[in-house]
Amino acid sequence: MIEFFTTTNLGIFLLTVGQVLLLVIPLLVALAFLMYADRKIWAAVQLRRGPNVVGTFGLLQSFADFLKYIVKEVVFPAGADKAVYLLAPMVSLVMALIAWAVIPFNDGWVLSDINVAILYVFAVSSLEVYGVIMGGWASNSKYPFLGSLRSAAQMISYEVSLGLIIIGIIISTGSMNFGDIVAAQDGAYGIFSWYWLPHFPMLFLFFISALAETNRPPFDLPEAESELVAGYQVEYSSTPFLLFMIGELVAVVLMCALVSLLFFGGWLSPIPGLPDGILWMILKMGAAFFMFSMVKALVPRYRYDQLMRIGWKVFLPMSLVWVVLVAFLAKFELFGGAYARWAIGG
Amino acid sequence: MTQIDYKRAAGYFLLTDFFKAFRLGMKYFVGPKVTINYPHEKGPLSPRFRGEHALRRYPNGEERCIACKLCEAICPAQAITIDAEPRDDGSRRTTRYDIDMTKCIYCGFCQEACPVDAIVEGPNFEFSTESREELFYDKEKLLENGERWEAEIAKNLELDAPYR
Repeated sequence: MIEFFTTTNLGIFLLTVGQVLLLVIPLLVALAFLMYADRKIWAAVQLRRGPNVVGTFGLLQSFADFLKYIVKEVVFPAGADKAVYLLAPMVSLVMALIAWAVIPFNDGWVLSDINVAILYVFAVSSLEVYGVIMGGWASNSKYPFLGSLRSAAQMISYEVSLGLIIIGIIISTGSMNFGDIVAAQDGAYGIFSWYWLPHFPMLFLFFISALAETNRPPFDLPEAESELVAGYQVEYSSTPFLLFMIGELVAVVLMCALVSLLFFGGWLSPIPGLPDGILWMILKMGAAFFMFSMVKALVPRYRYDQLMRIGWKVFLPMSLVWVVLVAFLAKFELFGGAYARWAIGG
Repeated sequence: MTQIDYKRAAGYFLLTDFFKAFRLGMKYFVGPKVTINYPHEKGPLSPRFRGEHALRRYPNGEERCIACKLCEAICPAQAITIDAEPRDDGSRRTTRYDIDMTKCIYCGFCQEACPVDAIVEGPNFEFSTESREELFYDKEKLLENGERWEAEIAKNLELDAPYR
């Protein structure tokens, strides 16, 4: 039986499909509850109750919304390029989902254990911009088009600083594989061995850039529901709109996973004595998502010029200087080799 | 050379505003909610609350409305339509009393104008319908409202009477 799945082509194919489903289905179900959690947290900060009618404590709210979306009519704007119009949300969702192929949840629990994992994640999340641009362009309407251009400019700007921040981590680890990055954070001091301490300022830069990269408040200028309606999604309805929404949220959760893996030691336990495991990874992702939600509830939206100024004039120079600094610290193995984990053997 | 405000710059880079907001946010996060759980809990209503209309009757069962048409005349939205003719016993009564609830602006002028407290706006605000036609109220519907809400309406009128 085991031989069938590891040697024959059909077996390997079935095994891969099974693994993919094992990842994607729990992810999408978790997404429904994260959407609910997001709304509940937002409501709690504003002294509201949030969704509490559908199911116990409103837990089934997301499923009700899901049903509502899929039974609505798909509206095509006059003169829209139908093929591209429908392709755009699919690109957006698929790009967000395939990035998960290299995200490990536990030691070795990863669909594809490749050596350029980080590079892959960023390549794929850059491609998400295509969904946005295609959606804006295919709608054949001014506002979605302008919205998509703004969104694309924003996503590309912040990818630069995200990339530079990650270079610092890669230099410290000497590998682009997530497994190696987490292993490098495994130390004698538990929580204090993780990268958040040596790469402290970059944690905040990464988090803020991740907010901008995923179009979350306070950088939700493409959406800006109070001013712009919904940017590139204006003309979308029904299932295509749902796909855009899910794609956006999958990207947010991906960023939560990246924060946990890169800065908080993934599945490592914070206290040296306790066993490592997937539970820690999920807890860390949950905590990161909580911060995403709190920021949404607390911080007012930035103006577009402020967004670009922060991206290009603050984050880019800071992360550049940090890369140089980390390279220096790693080369000479300063601070007990905290920046050169490969040299001290993890 | 412009003077650099170091204090402000430090606050900017240390995200002090955000951490202050986070603390405040967490305080509210665990605090009691201010919104009421609407369909199960309801907020208090003033005796002057102007909700769904009702036509009242005297305790002996006689209609109060005498078809003076003052409400029809004063209605700024012209939502009220009244037809009247003398009844067999010689008293003037309406044969038709329609309110188009989709036109009504709930200003309460009809209630103010009424010399016999016949048309009143009761405390009911939950009378949504599934079709537009159901909101074209006729005399029968309004009298039925009057019967259903008489206790509350009478109490509200009594409470508000000293201020009229």
